[in-house]
Parts: sequence; structure tokens; C-alpha cells
Amino acid sequence: MVEASELREGDTILKLENVHMYFGRVAALAGVDLEVKKGEIHSIIGPNGAGKTVMMNCINGLYRPQRGNIYYKGRDVTHLKPHERASLGISRTFQKIELFGGMTVLDNIRLGRHIHLKSGIISGSIYVGKTKQEELAARKFIEEEIIDLLEIESIRNKTVEMLPYGLQKRVELGRALALNPELLLLDEPLAGLNLEEVEDMARFILDINQEKRWRVTCILVEHDMGVVMDISNRVFVLNFGNKIMDGTPAEVQNNPEVIKAYLGEEELYATRR
Amino acid sequence: MNGSHIEITKDLTIPKLFLRQCRKYGDKKVAMREKEFGIWRPYTWQDYYENVKNLCLGMVSLGLKKGDKVAMIGDNRPEGLWSEMAALCAGGIGVWLFQDCMMEEVRYIIDHSDAKFFVGETQEEVDKALSIREACPKMERIIWDDPKGMRNYTQDILVSIKQVQELGKEMERREPGLFEKLITEGHGDDVCLLFYTSGTTALPKGALLSHWNMLTMGHNLMSVDPCYDTDDFVSYLPFAWIGEQMMSISCGLQMGYTLNFPEEPSTARDDIRQIGPHVMFAPPRLYEGMTRQVQVKYIDSTWIKRKIYELSTKIGYKVANLKFEKQPVPWTWRSLNWLASAFMQKKLKDHLGMSRLRHAYTGGAAMGPDHFRFFHALGVNLKQIYGQTEIAGISIVHRDGDVKFDTVGTPIPETEVKITEEGEILSKSPSVFLGYYKNEEATRKTLVDGWLYSGDRGFIDEDGHLVVFDRSKDVMTLSDGRPFSPQYLETRLKFSPFIQEAWVIGDKREYITAVMCIAYDVVGKWADDKKINYTSYQELSQKPEVYGLVQKQIEEANKDLPSPAKIRRFVNLYKVFDADDEELTRTSKLKRAFVENRYKDIVAALYSSADTVHMDTAITYEDGREQRIKTDLHIQDVIKA
Repeated sequence: MVEASELREGDTILKLENVHMYFGRVAALAGVDLEVKKGEIHSIIGPNGAGKTVMMNCINGLYRPQRGNIYYKGRDVTHLKPHERASLGISRTFQKIELFGGMTVLDNIRLGRHIHLKSGIISGSIYVGKTKQEELAARKFIEEEIIDLLEIESIRNKTVEMLPYGLQKRVELGRALALNPELLLLDEPLAGLNLEEVEDMARFILDINQEKRWRVTCILVEHDMGVVMDISNRVFVLNFGNKIMDGTPAEVQNNPEVIKAYLGEEELYATRR
Repeated sequence: MNGSHIEITKDLTIPKLFLRQCRKYGDKKVAMREKEFGIWRPYTWQDYYENVKNLCLGMVSLGLKKGDKVAMIGDNRPEGLWSEMAALCAGGIGVWLFQDCMMEEVRYIIDHSDAKFFVGETQEEVDKALSIREACPKMERIIWDDPKGMRNYTQDILVSIKQVQELGKEMERREPGLFEKLITEGHGDDVCLLFYTSGTTALPKGALLSHWNMLTMGHNLMSVDPCYDTDDFVSYLPFAWIGEQMMSISCGLQMGYTLNFPEEPSTARDDIRQIGPHVMFAPPRLYEGMTRQVQVKYIDSTWIKRKIYELSTKIGYKVANLKFEKQPVPWTWRSLNWLASAFMQKKLKDHLGMSRLRHAYTGGAAMGPDHFRFFHALGVNLKQIYGQTEIAGISIVHRDGDVKFDTVGTPIPETEVKITEEGEILSKSPSVFLGYYKNEEATRKTLVDGWLYSGDRGFIDEDGHLVVFDRSKDVMTLSDGRPFSPQYLETRLKFSPFIQEAWVIGDKREYITAVMCIAYDVVGKWADDKKINYTSYQELSQKPEVYGLVQKQIEEANKDLPSPAKIRRFVNLYKVFDADDEELTRTSKLKRAFVENRYKDIVAALYSSADTVHMDTAITYEDGREQRIKTDLHIQDVIKA
């Protein structure tokens, strides 16, 4: 299990300090600072190629920045591998769905739980005592907390690749939640969804963020400005690897610099409503 | 053991029977199961008793008095049934609403019924109740069940079922024995349910049913087809439908069989298969759905499986037809049927959740003879039930071994049926309702000297079976002056898996026409196989190939009909008829007068020489949003004039 959170609401859970990330001579991130407070939904917006996904990858450890530091709950995690960060409570979903297509929904979600299961091969194969308890607890957690929350009862035994895109997105969120994260990185969770699916997904994100059981801090990369402005506590604006501003949705919407930077970028403010 | 030994007296009420059964079975028998979080969770009769008692006393401590109405809305869950039983135990009256009722319908029913409490399952229902709060000042409390999404709701009017039960426990401590006392005060003639009928023409009317009505109906049905307390029943159809009340409450309590609640409406089909119920009662659309599912799977399967299916159904149809004609089945056919059953029917029935089924009933609307034959060929004992909400759901049923697919059967005990000179069906039984709530005029028209005027036209055939022709007001006159039932042709059309809904027009007109709604998933799959591109229902419905397909289905239905009754022209509608657009009732019956007015342009075009009609209308989504649709619809001639 994740170590008991000693942070309180409003404390800094994640801090990026002067993070630089180069690909050859292209600066994907040029000295970015970001501070995420516990309990927030912190959105990252910016045009295509601004470096949003690179930022996500740096936070979760897929990329290691050339310069700068990343602190998670006050601890420097810059040099930790992705799975080490995952066991600290950082979980994520991907812009392009990264599920195991040939496996069932339930198996995909269970996989997210695997990192917290302690029993070894031998005790696992005889299934007694602690192992049994652990398995039962994992089952209870997945069924009662995740499947019920995401309303995917009717597809739990279906193979993922047979499902429509919108449901696959939901399953991916389920797998990320199985980790029991404290910090959840959501990379374009609404992309490619229809209106109804967008509304459902936005509600799930709010539930995860606000429901007493979860209280997960979320970093959200998203193009649907209607949803971003509706559900975020803070919005971070990124352009060509540089921070333009970081503020409340209202501040961002009224900032002349943001508007200037995106002049002509109409789709940035495009929304489905 | 069957429960027909339970004597129904005027003193008996549903709560009294409930109490008696709880004492009899206690914690030795499972009263209901609910699938939750992927596991079937049992509740014994003792649990049932405790939950109802606490809820009932809680409601009483919140101010529920004898005769007060409790409105309920939500999916089928134990909590829903407990709420109803709790309301009845306190001497209250239950009012059920369909889960998918639009705001306006909810407001009308809550206001008209003077409901004091509103019991909603989830945040969605609570939202509905909160938004009509101003318009319904008589509503005092909103009780909710599922905490999901309820974290930001702090209104004083809200209270959770758990809190109500806590209040009930306190009440029990203060006044032990109050629950039993409340139950003893009830009498069989008291009203127990206020049922809003679906109303194909006007606003819903509230039918008042007494305990005596409900119990005698269940008793009489069970004396025809006994059930046993070891049986399983799956409760998944809306409680707002009288058929579900009849099986879950009236028959369920008398027989003591186990009720099973599916996890979610979307998982019901799998859950039914897991339970394998012994008895089933559903409206025709459920059976139509199953037939469609089988037909589609058949098209999809391999050559060898298709051959086995074809051969087995041929045998099945032959044997079923012999039985329909009441002729002995020769041993050759009997052994062939055994083979067919072993190779195909048994497995198919298992997939449909029908492997343990003793009796399957259909009712609430007309079912086509083709569907009927289909199930009998599978060896499913499907029987027709005829009745109205006003007679507590049932007056007529097929008897085992005496099933005729074009009739609805013979009256259950204590029930008389007669036909007026105009051909209207009248019935009389102890289950005939007390009248409509706050509607003297409608009561006078429907209830004369204890006879219930059904508004259906029909006749009694040479075997004493009742044949229901159609709703009196729907019966059409053909161009040659003969009467004709549009429903008959519509159910024939709907036997095709490609057709979801059909609307046949032609009263006092030169010829018959039809408006067709294709089944999106099936036709969509057919189009995929044929490499036909489409992006929406609207586009698919207007493809010339799809018109060709629908025409073939119409020609099939036209076969062996007299020429004036044949469909001459048709149009594919750009959407399916929907209850949210008020085109269907909540029990999926077509509201003819309404669609006739709504689609008057289409009707006009069908009776002109035009081959297209321009449409410009609004459709309503489930959450109440509207969208405008502008489109041209093609009209096709089946028979050249």
C-alpha cells in the first residue's frame, strides 16, 4: 500500500524546478517551474507541440530531464525510475490508449494493482493465509471502488480490444486508479470522446478528486477548454517549452499574454458546448 | 410447496402476509438476492423483515400517516422493494414511476398523486426531485439510497435510506411493537398502490388498487400455474409496470420464491443466465429482443452451426405445430425433437437464461404469432397474459397444453369475461380496481356495475379463448370497408430482425402505408458486411440498399394478406420511435394520435405521388436537450399502383 499521506490539503505535493528537456537541439522544456498543491486539479494547456506530454513524461519518469529537479512530497525523485515513482503513488493514463488489447477489462485493471501485491510465487500458488487475504482485499478494492465508480460492470469480462474507444479510455482510468494513486496524471482523457462520454469522464475526474475515499490530486492535460475551465483549480499555460502563466481559470482566460500567444489558435478555446 | 393454501380474506393485507412469511421462513431461507460488486449477495426473510421494519418506522417518525402516498423511482434493487413494503406497512400507498420518466411526467405524477415522500435511488433521481420541489409543495421529504455523487447535497429536505432506518431503530426502542401494531390496523379494502397507466392518448390516469385486488389476482394466477418456494424469479423490469408488481409482490409473497436483482440494467441479460429463473413475465419487446439476438447470431455463425440450427428449428416448428393443433406427436418426431434439443435447443435456451423455465408469460402489448411459434419451437412454454392495470394486471391466461398463438387464453378463476355488442371486452373479478384517483368521470366510463370496460376490441372463439383484435380506437377500416388491426401487421413486420418499430397507417384511406424504423445495430452490421458506408442512423436509414432490404421484409409480411390490407408505400424514418419524444408510452406502445400529428407531413406525402418528403423537427435527448433535424426522406412503392 502507499505510505500514509502525511501531507495536508494545500501542501505542495509536486514541484518542478527549472526543468530542461532537450531532444537534440530542440528545447522541449526550457526551464519550467510548476508547483502542484495536494487536492487540486491542475491543468496544463498549450498548443500542439508545446511540451505538455513531455512534462507528463518527466513527472512520471519516462523521460529524465537534462537539468532541473522534480520533487514529490518533498523528496527529490528526479533519478527514480517510473515503477519506483509508481509505488510512491504517481499514476497516469496515456494520450494514446496503452492497454493490453487481448486481455479482459478486469485483468487490465488487476495489473494496475499488481505493484501493491507482496506475495511471492510459492505462497501465491498455494493461496493460503496472507496471500488469500491480500487477494480478497485486492478484489474488493477493484470491484467496490473502481468498477462501481466507473460503471463498467457490464464489460468487466470483455476483451479490451473489442470495446469502443470511449470505454477503453474508461478502463485505462480504472487501471491508473488500481494503483491507489495520490497523484494522477491524465493525458488528454477526453480526446476522441463524444459529448456524452466527455460529460461522464469529467464527472469521474471530479469524483476521483473530491470523493472522500479518493481525494486524488490530478494533473490534467486537455484541449477541451470548456471542461478545463470548469473543473480545474489552476491552469498552467505552456508554449514552446516555456511557461506563459500559472493561475486560476479566470485569470488565465483574462490574461492578455495568453490571448496574444494564442492569437489565431482558435481551437484552444474551442469547446464542444 | 405451493402457496395456494393461503386463504385470501378481506382482512388480509400485503403487510400481514409479509409478516406471516417472515415468521415462517426467518433466517432459514433466502428471500432475495442482489448482485453487487460482481457477487450475488443473499438477504434472508429475517433481513428483509429488519430492513422493512426500520425503514417503515423511520418513515413514520418522519411523519408518514395512513393513506399518505410514497412515490418511488429507481432501478430494481432490494432497497426499492423495501421502501414499497415499508410504505405499505405504515398504511401508506405506493406510487412507482418509470426510471426514465422525463421531468414533466415526474412533476405531473408527484403533484397529482399528492406524494408526501419521494424515494429516489441515485443522484439522478434526487436531481429530478429537487428540480420539481417548487412545483410540488406537498412533497415533504426526498429519500435517497446510493451515496455516489451526493457529497455536495446539503438540502434539509434530503435524507438517506440509512438515516431513515436509524430513525426507525430509535422509534422501535421508544415504542416496541409499533410496527406489528401498524400492520394489524390494515384492512384488505385499503388502497395499497396508486398506479399511473401509460395512457396512449391522454395524461396518465392513476388507478387505485387495494390489497384485496392484488392478493386475489396473485392467488388466482397461482392456482392456474403454481409456483414453489424453491423457485427463482429475476426482477428486472420496472416496478412501475403492473406485471412486475404482480410477480415480485403479489405472487412472490404468496409463494415465497426467491427474487433476484441484477447488478445493473446493462448486466441483466448475463445475470438472468446465471440465475436461470423458473418463471418469467415480460412484455413482448423483451422476447422480440431475444428473437432478434438469436437471428443475428445465426447470420454470424459458421456453416455447420447454421445447418444444425436450421434442421433443429424445422423439427421444433413441426412438433410445436402438432402441439398447437392438439395432435399426438408420433414417436419418430419425438425422438427427432429429442436430438434437436440435445444438439441445439438446450444450449440456446441456456444462453437465453431459459434452461430452467417452467412458465414464460408475455403481456402488456400484442405479440406476433411468429415470435410465439419461435419460442414454442425452442421448447419454451410461452403463454399470453391479458389484463390491464385496472384489473391488477391479469384476467386471462393460456393454460398449459392449450396454447393458441392467436388468442390470449381463457379467464383465470373468479373472473368473468364478456363481449359487448360493439365488440368491446369487459371483465369482472375481485381484482377489478377501485377507480381512478381524482378522476370521477374516467372512473364512471371505465367501471360500470362492477364490469371493467377495457377499450379493447375482441371476440371469444369456438374453444372459449379470448382473441384480442386491437384497441377499439385503433381498429382501422380498409378501403373495402372491412375492419383491420394495424397492430397485427406491425407485429408481423417486427418479426424481421432488421425492423425495430413499425407504424401502419391507412384508416379509411385508399391503401395501406407504413413508417418503418430500422434496427440500428442489426442493419448496421448488415451494411458493414455489404461494405456500405454510413455515419449515423439517419444516413443509414436512407440508403437505397436499406430501402431494398426493408421492402423485402414488407413483401414477406404482405404475403397471404388480402390485397386491400397489403402495404403499398413506405418510408424509413430517420430515428426510432422513443418514449422520450412521447411517441411511445413507457411500456413501448405506439401513441398513434400523437405520431399522426407529429409526422403529418410524412403521412400526407405517403398519400400523394411524391417520392420524397422534407422533414424539419426537433428530437429530445434523455437529459432533456433538444436538437433540430432537417432531412429529406425517400418514399418507396412496394406495389406499383
